[in-house]
Amino acid sequence: MSSVGFAEAIDDAIAERMAVDPAILVFGEDVQLLRRNLYARFGAERVRNAPISEAAFLGAAVGAAMAGLRPVVEIMMADFLTVAVDALVNHAAKLADFSGGSWGAPMVVRVACGGGYGDGGQHEQSLWGWLAHIPGMAVVVPSNPVDAAGLMRTALAHDGPVVFLEHKLLADNWLEALGRGGRSGLEFDVPPAGARAAHPLPANRVAFGRASVVRSGGSLTLVSLGVGVHQALEAAEALAEDGISAGVIDLRSVSPLDRGCLVEQVGQTGRVVVVDEDYLRFGLSGEIAACLLEAGLRPRFARVATEGTIPFARHLERSALPNPDRVMRACRQVLSS
Amino acid sequence: MPADPWLIYRWMLASRLFEQEVARLWHAGLVSGEMHLGTGEEGIDAGVVTHLGEGDAMALDHRGTPPLLMRGANPVSLLREILGREDGLCRGRGGHMHLFIPELLSASSGIVGASGPMAAGFALASQQLRPGRVAVAFFGEAAMNEGALLESLNLAVAWRLPVLFVCKDNGWSITTHSPSMTGGALLARARAFGMPAADVDGTDALAVSAMTEALLPHLRQGNGPAFLLARCVHLDGHFLGDALLEAVRRPLQVLAPMAIPLARSALSRHGARFRDRSHAVTDLLTRAGRASSAARSLPDPLDRTRRALLGDPDRLRMLEATVAAEVRAVVDVALEETP
Ligand SMILES: Cc1ncc(C[n+]2csc(CCOP(=O)(O)OP(=O)(O)O)c2C)c(N)n1
Ligand SMILES: [Mg+2]
Repeated sequence: MSSVGFAEAIDDAIAERMAVDPAILVFGEDVQLLRRNLYARFGAERVRNAPISEAAFLGAAVGAAMAGLRPVVEIMMADFLTVAVDALVNHAAKLADFSGGSWGAPMVVRVACGGGYGDGGQHEQSLWGWLAHIPGMAVVVPSNPVDAAGLMRTALAHDGPVVFLEHKLLADNWLEALGRGGRSGLEFDVPPAGARAAHPLPANRVAFGRASVVRSGGSLTLVSLGVGVHQALEAAEALAEDGISAGVIDLRSVSPLDRGCLVEQVGQTGRVVVVDEDYLRFGLSGEIAACLLEAGLRPRFARVATEGTIPFARHLERSALPNPDRVMRACRQVLSS
Repeated sequence: MPADPWLIYRWMLASRLFEQEVARLWHAGLVSGEMHLGTGEEGIDAGVVTHLGEGDAMALDHRGTPPLLMRGANPVSLLREILGREDGLCRGRGGHMHLFIPELLSASSGIVGASGPMAAGFALASQQLRPGRVAVAFFGEAAMNEGALLESLNLAVAWRLPVLFVCKDNGWSITTHSPSMTGGALLARARAFGMPAADVDGTDALAVSAMTEALLPHLRQGNGPAFLLARCVHLDGHFLGDALLEAVRRPLQVLAPMAIPLARSALSRHGARFRDRSHAVTDLLTRAGRASSAARSLPDPLDRTRRALLGDPDRLRMLEATVAAEVRAVVDVALEETP
């Protein structure tokens, strides 16, 4: 049976829309090679290499979006968004509010993120909580090719800015270039169900702000996104062997956040473990706790997140990022009463 | 003082052999992540670093290993860092893109363009605390399109900061040919900020050294920054496993799996005009060749420096044997287990 990879699924969803919407342009550093299948089909006018000038081309995307285009801008890694973030924070995200709702910037910022291949703390950050902190832009983080394609279709129909984060352990082209580099025998914790899906993919959209309950369970709810979803599923399976029924929520979008789903699921179990590859403090995991409290719930709560700068060494990196052992420990902690 | 060609060659050779060992360890899977080597740019690094001394600072890019070795970094702890060991230079936290040596006022960054502002800050501290000392910013030609670097060129002029901006021009930014994404000429660009700028063949270490020597008094006397543009090649491509380089070396393995999806895309209904599509496909198929012929168009800086020393073959042989033995010893010690 043939299958489709994560990045390929996203590329195909973009191609699908580019074929019918001439307003869509793809640009970013090295995209002609990186997205060569789009380049070969849509040519150099619509698939443009950019200089290493993120502040300029991300800023230009905002202007282009305001003036009738629908740019898909690639920023190689979330870490590099930092040099250009004014375009998002002060401009794209503010436009609809500043203009009293009369003007929008429909654009997609496609960004590789995440760690697990030993590239160090300037190349492996997730930063989705940091981005989602800003009102006025959507931030989505798919965990598998089907959702990735479905979210990209929605992004390409959205009327405002969308940051679309693709994890490098799921997108095989990124892992190949940055982690493997043509070497054999290296091991990475690539979740098979996250990296590939059966061909053909369903052609539907995945709405923003709609989490997916990927496993139901009565005694504990694991909440995650991206690669963390697969670690949560692994933990849930291990718990099932001990007779504990754990459910798993795949958030899929950070902003908007599916508060209803969280409240409903955790309301049933009274125990929640958040698995979040972004930083621990002032981020998504705290937001989830707040949203449960605001809904009047008082669940047992634990979180597994990235606690500090991600170290380069693989063994240190492994313990700094969420991993199955840490997830299991957190589960036992909330179950222990 | 004109540079000692023997010392320069010794540095370049030590750096080359060291990085070849890094490559071997990386290929063996003992080094994780990306690996950007400075192989091919040693002439620039050596020609500049030979004029630095106590109190001078270096802001490095993602190819920081050669300048650090030349500046006197401990090669064992550097290699251990690259291997991700907790007894490494930065306790395994940094890796090859994030190397920091406070005693040498040397810091690297994996963020393109970051060395410009960093060097400006180092130079500000020199101006206030260590008059006469300078800061060097090393970066590639494509970084010259990064806003922060351009702003730092201006800042350095406005504040008369003693920064030597060293632009290592290999013509490529990963898979993008830099001239295709760069307006105007870099030398003119630097001059437009109001600083002296010179260009030099970066494969000629002695020429780089002479040019650096000519520029530095301007900085040390407190007259502000200067800019040095030096051409080079990166012999191991952008990083190890570089797809463009691999496409040249092993075209069938690299290009074959790309061919079917590419053809399918190029022939899909609804897309650009035929001419634009065929232009794109041709561009993709020839890009690797263009990258490699650019690489072959310049001499290896090591050979070039070596040629100046052929007059004393015995000394040369001895030097090469010594350096090779030293690097081997570094690798052996670095790989030892420590309790
Ligand atoms: C801000 C930022 N954008 C993009 C990258 C990804 N990147 C790493 S090296 C590189 C190319 C740099 O080209 P150049 O400055 O010419 O240096 P070279 O690698 O050729 O030595 C790019 C795009 C990055 N590290 N940082
Ligand atoms: Mg370059």
